[in-house]
Amino acid sequence: MTARRIVYTLVFLAVAVPLLLGIRARVKPSPPVKAAYEAIEALPESSLVLIGIDFGPSTMPEMNPMYEALLEHLFRRNLRVAVLSLQSALDLPNGIQVLEKVARRFGKRYGVDYANLGYKPGLEAVIVSLGQEIRDIFPEDAQGHPLDSLPMFRGVHNYNDIALVIDLASGGTYGSWIQFAQARFGVKLLVGVTAVMGPETYPYLQSRQLVGMLAGLKGAAEYETLIQRPGLASRGMPAQAVVHLLIILFILYGNWGFWKQWRR
Amino acid sequence: MATVIGIWIAAFLTLAIFSFLYGDNPVYKAVEHLYIGVSAAFWFLYLWSFTVYPNLVVGIRQHGWLGKDLLLIPTVLGLLMLFRLVPRYGWWSRYPMAFAIGLGAGLAITGVLQGLLFPQLQATILNPLTSVNNFLLVLGVLTSLLYFYFSREHTGVMGWIARIGIYFIMVAFGATFGYTVMARVSLLIGRVGFLLSDWLHLM
Repeated sequence: MTARRIVYTLVFLAVAVPLLLGIRARVKPSPPVKAAYEAIEALPESSLVLIGIDFGPSTMPEMNPMYEALLEHLFRRNLRVAVLSLQSALDLPNGIQVLEKVARRFGKRYGVDYANLGYKPGLEAVIVSLGQEIRDIFPEDAQGHPLDSLPMFRGVHNYNDIALVIDLASGGTYGSWIQFAQARFGVKLLVGVTAVMGPETYPYLQSRQLVGMLAGLKGAAEYETLIQRPGLASRGMPAQAVVHLLIILFILYGNWGFWKQWRR
Repeated sequence: MATVIGIWIAAFLTLAIFSFLYGDNPVYKAVEHLYIGVSAAFWFLYLWSFTVYPNLVVGIRQHGWLGKDLLLIPTVLGLLMLFRLVPRYGWWSRYPMAFAIGLGAGLAITGVLQGLLFPQLQATILNPLTSVNNFLLVLGVLTSLLYFYFSREHTGVMGWIARIGIYFIMVAFGATFGYTVMARVSLLIGRVGFLLSDWLHLM
């Protein structure tokens, strides 16, 4: 067995064994995740929250847990939820499945407590238009119901009537929300991003352009801890920790090998 | 029944892709080609169903070519773009390209200035002596910026500043690498979780 195959086998075991043992982890919430939780806690009951589902199947293992945890919190607080996608229509089927699953758990009704606005191409143009009149860009929801026929949109016209925007992004859409919704209209914006995007998102927290941030599986696990409902992320974190430990050992072993070679 | 068949197909495709870790093989190659073929066909249908049909065809039916959205203009620009496929008239596609680049640049410049440059600049204007974080933030921004200042040779004081800047940049790279590892491991956890839970029912 070559060294490469030994590494692959050990990484597989490091993931599979903690999952099979069913260990769950409670992680300490970091300040950006705590800020996200507190931003939702501070919203008045029945406020409207707009969620951008801008992640596809390739990042589902990271993004779904945070989406589910956020929905759980939003419905628990009796907030109204409208979802849309500005990246790809393919992002919506999974997003709707999760939304309906969580909504059913809380006995929420379509059109009253939650709605699906669907996909609209033209990212920046759509974000700017939402600042004027939502009906200009979404005259009807994804199922073809006129927006005026849905009780949850009564009196909702633009960002002034939306308490919080959450963008769950695996790409650059969150940047457009910052540039065109937050900077131009002063929208309260919270983002959930993949771990890869985490470091590039931090500067927006420091500049207070974001009210909170969840990054990757760890961000989702921290949020699950805050809402006291361990789920998919908390189940994945022990495997994550074991693999990280293994990688650190590999790096140390590799460096030790180089050091030995260098001494010779 | 359909769900069970779907899970078995997904499990087979997952294992076929993972088989590349053992070595390149015909099963991996076949699944790779299947993925590319399915993606190409899917994107073609996707663009028609979610962009062209609802925005152009339905729009023309409801409001006509010269209705409220002036759909004649995007239609002509879209058709001109296709002339890239005809070498003799390929230059016609430069008009829609110029339109798209102009529009993109206009949006990007205002967006970046208003939403990125000014707020980030403002966030860096703070008293560096009030906390360690503030001090590190100001020092990191200034030294990193000066590292990319190439109009003067990086020797003497400038060399020291650039060296401090590169340390900050290295820390940023390290954080990015750590987060990237976490992201990739999360995806592996998702796939292994699928195999153990949905397919083998071991979890």
